[in-house]
Amino acid sequence: MTLSILAVDDSRTMRDMIRLALTSEGFEVFLAEDGVDGLKMLDDLTPDVIITDINMPNLDGFGFIDGVRKDLNDRTTPILVLTTESAAELKQRARNSGASGWIVKPFEQTKLVAAIRRVAA
Amino acid sequence: MDPMEEIRQTFFMECEELLEAMEAGLLAMSDGDDDKETVNAVFRAVHSIKGGAGAFGLEALVRFAHTFETTMDEVRSDRLTPSEEVMTVLLRSGDALSDLFIASRDGTEIEDGANAELLGELEALIGGSDASDQAEEDEPDDFVPMTISFDLDDDDDDDGDEVEEDSDDAYYITFKPHATLYQRGNEAVHLLRALSELGECEITCITSDLPELSELDVESAHLVWQAKLKSGVNERTVREVFEFVEEDCDLTISTSAPIKTKKEEEPDYDTEDVVCEEAVSPETETETETETETDPVAEAQAEPAVNAEDSVADAPCTDEKPETKPVESAATAPAAPAAPAATKKAKETGSKATVRVDLDRVDRLINLVGELVINQAMLSEGIVDSEMIQDSAVATGLEEFKQLTREIQESVMAIRAQPVKSLFQRMSRIVREASAATEKSVTLVTDGEATEVDKTVVERLADPLTHMIRNAVDHGLESTEDRAKTDKDPRGTVRLTAAHRSGRVIIEVADDGAGINRERVKQIAIDKGLIPEDLDLTNSEIDNLLFMPGFSTAKEVSDLSGRGVGMDVVKRSIQALGGKISISSNPGQGSVFSISLPLTLAVLDGMVVNVAEQTVVLPLTAIVETLKPGESDIHDVCGDAATILIRGTFVPVIDVGNRLGYREPLSSLEDSVILLVETEDGAKAALAVDAILDQRQVVIKGLENNYGHVPGIAAATILGDGRIALILDPDAIVDSMSKLNLSIDNQIQKAG
Repeated sequence: MTLSILAVDDSRTMRDMIRLALTSEGFEVFLAEDGVDGLKMLDDLTPDVIITDINMPNLDGFGFIDGVRKDLNDRTTPILVLTTESAAELKQRARNSGASGWIVKPFEQTKLVAAIRRVAA
Repeated sequence: MDPMEEIRQTFFMECEELLEAMEAGLLAMSDGDDDKETVNAVFRAVHSIKGGAGAFGLEALVRFAHTFETTMDEVRSDRLTPSEEVMTVLLRSGDALSDLFIASRDGTEIEDGANAELLGELEALIGGSDASDQAEEDEPDDFVPMTISFDLDDDDDDDGDEVEEDSDDAYYITFKPHATLYQRGNEAVHLLRALSELGECEITCITSDLPELSELDVESAHLVWQAKLKSGVNERTVREVFEFVEEDCDLTISTSAPIKTKKEEEPDYDTEDVVCEEAVSPETETETETETETDPVAEAQAEPAVNAEDSVADAPCTDEKPETKPVESAATAPAAPAAPAATKKAKETGSKATVRVDLDRVDRLINLVGELVINQAMLSEGIVDSEMIQDSAVATGLEEFKQLTREIQESVMAIRAQPVKSLFQRMSRIVREASAATEKSVTLVTDGEATEVDKTVVERLADPLTHMIRNAVDHGLESTEDRAKTDKDPRGTVRLTAAHRSGRVIIEVADDGAGINRERVKQIAIDKGLIPEDLDLTNSEIDNLLFMPGFSTAKEVSDLSGRGVGMDVVKRSIQALGGKISISSNPGQGSVFSISLPLTLAVLDGMVVNVAEQTVVLPLTAIVETLKPGESDIHDVCGDAATILIRGTFVPVIDVGNRLGYREPLSSLEDSVILLVETEDGAKAALAVDAILDQRQVVIKGLENNYGHVPGIAAATILGDGRIALILDPDAIVDSMSKLNLSIDNQIQKAG
C-alpha cells in the first residue's frame, strides 16, 4: 500500500525537498503552506502521516497539531514535526501538543523516510 | 534539470521574497509597528533563509542568518526592545543578509570576516538583553550547517551510521508503551516492525496485565513486548527506533553480554530494576538494567538517559529535564496532553491561492494573444472588404469577438503586472546608505506602493530609480546644517510615489531640498561647452539640461551619485521602457523628478494614419485632439516653419511625411489632417498626416532587436492585412523639431 503523506511547511524550498525525498520513495505526497491550509486539506484527506513545520504564518505547527488532535479529534494519525529547532524545549512543546516525533532540518532523505517508517505501516 | 538544482533555484527565488518580507517587516518595525505578527514575520523570514541555506551548504549565509535570527528571537520574546539603535543594527543586518544572499546565489567569494563587525553588534544585542543564558541553549557557533544528501536510486535504509559495536550479540528489549504513546499517534506495532527490520528478531507479547474484557479501558495500554534482536547494529541505532516514544514508554535495552551466561531462551530479567511499580506484575514485567552508565533513577521514571553518542541535532528532550515527568500508571488513561494556547485568530484569514507559473509560459501566452489581436483585426478587415451587411450575425459576432479579445488581452497583461512595492522597498535601503554617506538625515516617504506595472518595467526601473534617489539625497537635499539655517526641518524628506494616471504609471521622486540652482546649472552647461554662452533658455529648458550627456552638477564626482552615470543614462533607460522623465523645481522648496511609463510593453492603443502612402501608428495617449485645418489657421512664421492657431495658441506644425523622409515638404496643408499631440514635458505640436484610417489596439513588436533604433520611431506592429506599420514616437519627433529650432536659433544668433 502506498503511504500518503501530508507535509505542511511555509517554505516552498522545503516543500519541494520533502516532495522530492518522499515521492522518490514511492510515497504519495500532499503539500500545504501553513497550518490553516493544512487543516483545510484534512477536510477531505486522510493521510497516513502528517509532517509539519513549526514556524509558519497564519497558524504555526503547534496550533496545527492542536487543531488535528482536538478540533478534528484525530488522535491516531502520526504527526512528525519538521523543524530546524533542535532545542529540547520545542520538542517538548510539540510532544505536549500531540506530535508523534520529530525530524531536524536539514534532513537526510534516509532519516526522513526512516522516521516515517517508524510511525506508519 | 537535476531536481536538486531545480530546488536550489526555487530556494533562491523564495529567498528574494523572504528578504522582501523581512525588509518590509523591519521597516514597519522601525516605523513603530509593534505588532507581534510583524516581528514574527521577520523572524520567520530569516529563519527560513537559514533553513534553506543550511540545506544547500551556504555556510556564510547560515552563520549570519543564525545570529540575526537569534537576535530577532530576543525581540520576538520581548527580551530585547526594538529601540532606534537596535532597529538600525537590524536594518543593517537585513541589508547584509541580502548581500550575503546575492553573493551566495551568484557564487561570489565571500571574504572571511565580512560582516564581523555587524555580527559583533548583533551578538552584543543578544548578550545585552536579560536572557544572556539563551546563548547556552542556542550558541551561534554551534549551528553546523549540514548539507542534504539524497540517495535517490538507493532504496537501502543504510544511512551510513558507523557500526561501532559490530557484533552478532543479541539485544534484549523490553518495551511497555504508555497510553500516551498511542495518544500521540504512535503505534507499538510500527516500532516493533522497524525494530525487526534491524536484524533477526523474536518478539513476544506479554498479555498478563490485560484486564478482563468487561473492565478493559480501550484507551489505556496493557501490553508489554519483549524482543530479542540479533543484529550487527549498534545500540544507538536500536534506541533510535524508540526515539520518539522514549517518554511514552518504559524501555530497556540490554546487550547480551551479562545475560549470555544465563539461559539463552528465557532471558532472565533482573527483578531489582522495577520500571513501573504500579503497573507491572512481578514475574514478567521487571526488567534488566545493564547499562551501567545510565542512572537507575531516571530509568525508573521511564526516562532512559540519553546515549551520549546521540548527535547534537538529534538530542532528545530528556537531555534537559529528565526528572520532571512523573511515572504514569498504565492502568489509568491520562487526560489528553495539555496543548499550548495556539493562535487561531488567523484561521479565518485563509491563505491566498496562488499558482507559480514560468514566465516563459506567460510571455508565450501574451504573444499568442497578440497574434489573436492581429488575427481579429484581419477578420474585421475581411468582413469590411466582403461588403457584408453591418448588422449581419457575423458582424455582430465579430463585434463580440473584438470585445472578448480585448478582455483576454487585458487579463493576460494583468498576469505580468506587479506592484511597485518591492521596488520601493529596495529604495529605503538606498536612502539609508545615501544618508549615511552624506551625513544627512533623511526620511523616505513612499506612497502608492500597490500600483501595478509590468514586471519588466519594475525590474528595469531599479537602476534608474536608485540613481535618482541617490541624486535626491546627495544633490537635492541641503546638508543638515544648511537646513537648520533656514526654517526647514533639519531632517530632509524624499518622497517616492506611484500612481496610475490616464493609462500610464507616474512615478515621482520628490525632495524638499533647495531646488535646482538654475544659475549654476546653466553656468556648468556653458563651461562644459554643452550650450552656447548667450543662449536664452526658459526655466524648464535649464532644468532639462540635467539630462544632457556629459552633465554633472557635483563639484567633484562623489562616490555616491557620481558612479559614472548621469541623468542622461537615467533618461535613456526610462525611454527604453517607453517612458518619459521630466523635472520641475521650485527654488527653496525642492525638485520633483517625474517618470511616466506605459502600463504594458506589449500593446498600445493606437491611431492608424496614412502618411505619403504609408501606414503609421501613433499612440493614442499622446494625441490631444484631431482636426481638419482651415486655410486661415495656418501661419508661416519663417520659411518652412508653419504654425497653426489652435484655441488661441500657435502650435508648430510638423509634416510627418517629410520628417520621416517619405516625401518633399508639403506645399499646402489643405488636404492634411492635424493631430495635436502633447509631449511629456507639456510641449504641444501639430502633426500633419494625410488621413486617419482607424483607431485600434496594436501589438508592439520591437525594432531594436531585429533592426536597430530609428529616431522618431518607437516600434513596429503588424496590421490586419499582414503589412508592417511603424509606430511613431511623438515625443522624439517633437523633440527633434525643437532641437532643429534650437540649432536654427543658434544659427540665427551666431549669424546675428
